[in-house]
Amino acid sequence: MNDAQPAYTTNEIMTVAAARLLKNGAVCFVGIGLPSTAANLARLTHAPDIVLIYESGPIGAKPPVLPLSIGDGNLAETADTVVSTPEIFRYWLQGGRVDVGFLGAAQIDRFANINTTVIGDYKKPATRLPGAGGAPEIASCAREVVLVLKQSARAFVKQLDFVTSVGYLDGGDARQRLGLPGKGPVAVVTDLCVMAPDPLSKELTVMELHPGVTREQVAKATAWEIQFAGILQETPIPTNTELETLRDLERRTKLAHGNLVGAG
Amino acid sequence: MAEIITLFEAIAALVRDGDSVAMEGFTHLIPYAAGHEVIRQGRKNLRLVRMTPDVIYDQLIGAGCAQKLTFSWGGNPGVGSLHRLRDAVERAWPAPLEIQEHGHGDLANAYVAGAANLPFAVLRAYAGSDLPKHNDKIKFIQCPFTGETLAAVPAINPDVAIIHAQKADRKGNVLLWGIVGVQKEAVLASKKSIVTVEEIVDDLKAWPNACILPAWTLSAVCCVPGGAFPSYAHGYYERDNRFYQAWDAISRERGTFQNWMKKHILDTEDFPAFRRALAESSAASVQP
Repeated sequence: MNDAQPAYTTNEIMTVAAARLLKNGAVCFVGIGLPSTAANLARLTHAPDIVLIYESGPIGAKPPVLPLSIGDGNLAETADTVVSTPEIFRYWLQGGRVDVGFLGAAQIDRFANINTTVIGDYKKPATRLPGAGGAPEIASCAREVVLVLKQSARAFVKQLDFVTSVGYLDGGDARQRLGLPGKGPVAVVTDLCVMAPDPLSKELTVMELHPGVTREQVAKATAWEIQFAGILQETPIPTNTELETLRDLERRTKLAHGNLVGAG
Repeated sequence: MAEIITLFEAIAALVRDGDSVAMEGFTHLIPYAAGHEVIRQGRKNLRLVRMTPDVIYDQLIGAGCAQKLTFSWGGNPGVGSLHRLRDAVERAWPAPLEIQEHGHGDLANAYVAGAANLPFAVLRAYAGSDLPKHNDKIKFIQCPFTGETLAAVPAINPDVAIIHAQKADRKGNVLLWGIVGVQKEAVLASKKSIVTVEEIVDDLKAWPNACILPAWTLSAVCCVPGGAFPSYAHGYYERDNRFYQAWDAISRERGTFQNWMKKHILDTEDFPAFRRALAESSAASVQP
């Protein structure tokens, strides 16, 4: 960090940049943690009509504070309707009613395939992660996928230890050939930058650097040789409204849940 | 037909060593009291099924009740890892744990197939994923009408389903609401079922399309107020988030876990006694 304290943290600009990708009125299938924070920030700022779906069953949830778990009571209380878990996956996700699947991951590769299952060998894991949850189906069926995770060389790896949910497999038209209904990840938002898949190769390419972040920082935090767009943009800094709304949401969440914040 | 009996009697009569047991509840209405009673009665070699194994399955696995776990997401929601599950998978403590791993949509569909008495479920998933390489229960089939390749998974038909709900009437008809998860499907897919409820009332006063499990679909109904603690029961009490956070420290090491389990579950007579022991620990600021 430089001498001058920035007016926002790297986590805040990551959350804000992710929130901005969600359009008003979009139907968004939300993972817990960072995706849920960003989706609710979108709802409280530029996207009041966004429809938030959580895999536990709430459709159109408008939680007053961030949920700690994917099935918190405030999701049910504020939803337009609450359906069973089979129904969420069968009628709503597989039925083609979800515009954006909003996910996190433990590991990601250059083609935006993600791992949430295991680090090391599957049978003798170094670290056993929670597992798939709804991600494989969301990654297949949502019209588009947005991924949000902190960037480091341990997370942005050359080779995934396990492909839990698919992005573009080994790139090019590989995903298309599988005939998956959704078109795949359209953006990866990190605490350093925003990436998007190259239109042809589908390799993740840095499109925007957050203010003050260098190419070297991004390259160092990526285990493969990361590509940068010819014309590299700078992520617009968070507005006061965005920052105040996010901080207020997190303050209310902390008050409601004690010291726990909606970490996934 | 549901018998209205105590939780001790229900577990003693209906859960046997080696059974496949599904305890369901998606963050909401998790049957903690019933899980504790399974631990107290020392059941072994259970083949556990649950979409979201969280703290209750961490307790069962760490206590040595489980031989196998079929699941789709195993973590402490909002907190992090399940240390007992990880210790079993990574270091075979207290015993090796076989795992059969799915995605949520898949397991939910497998319960639906089980409830519908079909041999398998079909869904659009897993193309390109490594999960089918490590789970031979996930296969691919071709649609006989369109030729599309789809995933197929066998129906789940547990020996026993165990769930918690808000209310039953005096005949044993059960009503649940809020986040209803996959409980109805789990019960209808299982050979036997136990439902613990917050209260037993004269009249459920429910709308005709409310989520009701008729008494004749259930084996036992047990009145256990607070039986979903530390998860929540919509309309009754909220989730105790502090307990979920405290569980991280309690469960991280084998020794602290075993001491906690002995004091609060193994050495207590029933769920109300567990709640008293936990309250005493909280008051003494030893562990919440």
